Amino acid sequence: MAPHVGVVMFPGTNCEHDAVLAIRRLGGSADLVWHGDTSVNGYDALILPGGFAHGDYLRPGAIARFSPVMEAVARFAAAAGPVVGICNGFQVLTEAGLLPGALQKNRGLRFVCATMTVRVESSDSVLTAGVPVGTELRIPINHFEGNYTCDTRTLAALRDEDRVVLRYVGNPNGSIDDIAGVCNRQRNVVGLMPHPERASDPLLGSVDGSTLLRALVASAGTSMASPAVATVA
Amino acid sequence: MATARFAVLVEVHLREGIADPQGATIERALPALGLGGVSGVRAGKAFRFEVMATDDADALAQATVVADRLLANPVIEESSVTVLATGRAA
Repeated sequence: MAPHVGVVMFPGTNCEHDAVLAIRRLGGSADLVWHGDTSVNGYDALILPGGFAHGDYLRPGAIARFSPVMEAVARFAAAAGPVVGICNGFQVLTEAGLLPGALQKNRGLRFVCATMTVRVESSDSVLTAGVPVGTELRIPINHFEGNYTCDTRTLAALRDEDRVVLRYVGNPNGSIDDIAGVCNRQRNVVGLMPHPERASDPLLGSVDGSTLLRALVASAGTSMASPAVATVA
Repeated sequence: MATARFAVLVEVHLREGIADPQGATIERALPALGLGGVSGVRAGKAFRFEVMATDDADALAQATVVADRLLANPVIEESSVTVLATGRAA
């Protein structure tokens, strides 16, 4: 059976259908998960897509963290289930404490919408497994608060533990150490500002995002998350 | 124990060392007002609300939980909590 990916939708999320379509076209199956749901049983991987969850009120991700589904997402992550946060989803994961650091306003206070070159810095994550380090991908970014920051101790840990998954080639937003994506210590939770689902068809100008999403579908296929969560929950 | 309604103010601002482009942009606009001598502008947010509490210390403690757990992101922000008005009977 095709790996089943849940795409979590908050009020204000706006990239969920793009993510579902991209996953389906790579041979996965995908469905929407409503933010009020309290279970993610049956999914082999989760995507928290981009948008403006809860209007980005207070701070991006600050309110989404309290959505009922986030407890289920945390359990799924703790059971080694693959979780990927894209753009606003990355912000939600940092606010929820599933990833370190924070995303502050872009340097220069500019909203940036551009296709960037990002370099794969680690092949050891659910989003980059099997993708050689140094692979350069053309993927769009589209954000105001994408300037990744963390304290110096966290940054040292991210570097030492090979947890910087993606770096920009040419820093668009002031992110510390050119960071475009990071993973947790267990390497099953990844957050990134670029939108791989928007680079998944030649009509979109690039298919490089499929390289990452294909790796996620493959990770979902080997994930034992669903049975583990079923017994935990 | 009797409780009363306490008005509190929570102010949130970016930590020292975190770039504050909004504050910097405001500061750069001030010379146009003929106020070139203003410096150190930091932008932030202010929240007012009321809590049911037994006394000032209790109100401060409750508002601090709200500030630390929700209103501020400790990675990039700091908050300060002030009890503004004490004790309207509920």
